[in-house]
Amino acid sequence: MIFIIAHKELKTLFASPLAWTLLALMQLVLAWIFLGRLDAFLEIQPQLLQIANPPGVTEIIAAPVFATAAVVFMMATPLLTMRLIAEERHNHTMTFLISAPISMTEIVLGKFLGLMIFFSAVITLVFMLSISLLAGSALDFGLLLSNTAGLILIAACFASLGLFMSCLTAQPAIAAAGALGALLVLWAIDITTNDIDNIAQDFSLLKHFENFNHGVIDTFDLVYFLLFTITFIVLSIRKLDGERLRG
Amino acid sequence: MITISAHNLSRNFGAHTAVREINLKLKRGEVLGFLGPNGAGKTTTMRMLTGNLAPSSGSVEICGVDLLDNPRDAKTHIGYLPETPPLYQELTVNEYLRFAAKLHRVSAINLLSVLDEVKLHCGLKDVGKYLIGSLSKGYRQRVGIAQAIIHNPDVVILDEPTVGLDPNQVREILSLIRELGAKHSVILSTHILPVVESVCNQIQIMHQGQLVFNDTLFGLKQKEINLEEMFAQLTLNNQTLGNP
Repeated sequence: MIFIIAHKELKTLFASPLAWTLLALMQLVLAWIFLGRLDAFLEIQPQLLQIANPPGVTEIIAAPVFATAAVVFMMATPLLTMRLIAEERHNHTMTFLISAPISMTEIVLGKFLGLMIFFSAVITLVFMLSISLLAGSALDFGLLLSNTAGLILIAACFASLGLFMSCLTAQPAIAAAGALGALLVLWAIDITTNDIDNIAQDFSLLKHFENFNHGVIDTFDLVYFLLFTITFIVLSIRKLDGERLRG
Repeated sequence: MITISAHNLSRNFGAHTAVREINLKLKRGEVLGFLGPNGAGKTTTMRMLTGNLAPSSGSVEICGVDLLDNPRDAKTHIGYLPETPPLYQELTVNEYLRFAAKLHRVSAINLLSVLDEVKLHCGLKDVGKYLIGSLSKGYRQRVGIAQAIIHNPDVVILDEPTVGLDPNQVREILSLIRELGAKHSVILSTHILPVVESVCNQIQIMHQGQLVFNDTLFGLKQKEINLEEMFAQLTLNNQTLGNP
């Protein structure tokens, strides 16, 4: 049942120009950054040779691309999540799903899964971009995989938060604004507490991603991402179930 | 065999009572016309019968399965067309109906034959590859009905299925409902009285959240009561008559 919902999500997503536009724009931005970093690397390569233990291409080119991808995801997520529940309500199709023999949990998980499959496609593209460096150099696959894992996890956080915002309203635009606002706040927390060892820092999603970006997989980051995702998925299910009760 | 029964169904929105102690029972092969002026609580009742809204009190049983205790099993027996047909504009008719069938657990083996049958039944044979967004109102209504009956449910609930259709389309939809009524139980809400007289064999009138009239069309004719006069009498001065 979850897969049927996810399949429908992807179908409607790719039936609209939105998904294709986003894919194209994301890929354009990321390819641009990639080429920029590649250029910079080629320029400083002679100096790097004189250092005893120089950073490799993965560190200099791939990691910054992944870091940019995280920020790009943050901007793109609200546009994708606003459709999930708010648009179903707006088009009166939510009744269709609720009347079917399927639980709220399955609806929410199906929608979440559908979006994650879309994100996985983008992440695969980013990964392939880095793999193309194999043509001229060796790669640090450990670092690459930790970046990929981090990107998947942070995308899951963005998606679950956006999904919850989408549950709160019947207006897709408000769902998008709400999700963007919440994500920016979580980002701003990171900026304002940049060098102080503050508890607020622990709440910033991108701060937790930084460790993955440097190739460090810390259980604290892992647990934070998972808890964040699960919390907002559970809140979404509860919100929708509560609506049936209160009307 | 009783397919749907509701017992003392009530629903409050805050202090306001939208539906008060509704009872109904329907057998296979019966078509119930659900009448009432705007805001009488018809849609609220239908949303409760289909599990879209939890009742404040009372219970609903679909084919012997309690809707509140076991919603997933109960819902397999219901087909529901809400007031606004729940359609995805960006899907084609085929894609949409296939999704509806899968959601209602039609097995993969039967999927194609079910799809063909329902399209034939609802006159959608030629528009299968069209985007729903490009269809006219009448066709959309038919797609809405098609999704409600695709899994061959025991109870079909239609909320104002004839609204916004031209007379020819109304006639077609009514003959479709009559056909459905032969094999399923149908609940039909409307405020067009001739519609009721042409397809329903049971009539209930709601007013201000309460059931004010409940009889068969046959009984009505026997007592030589004019439905229109009856409707006006009941819903204008709010008195309780009939045998609820």
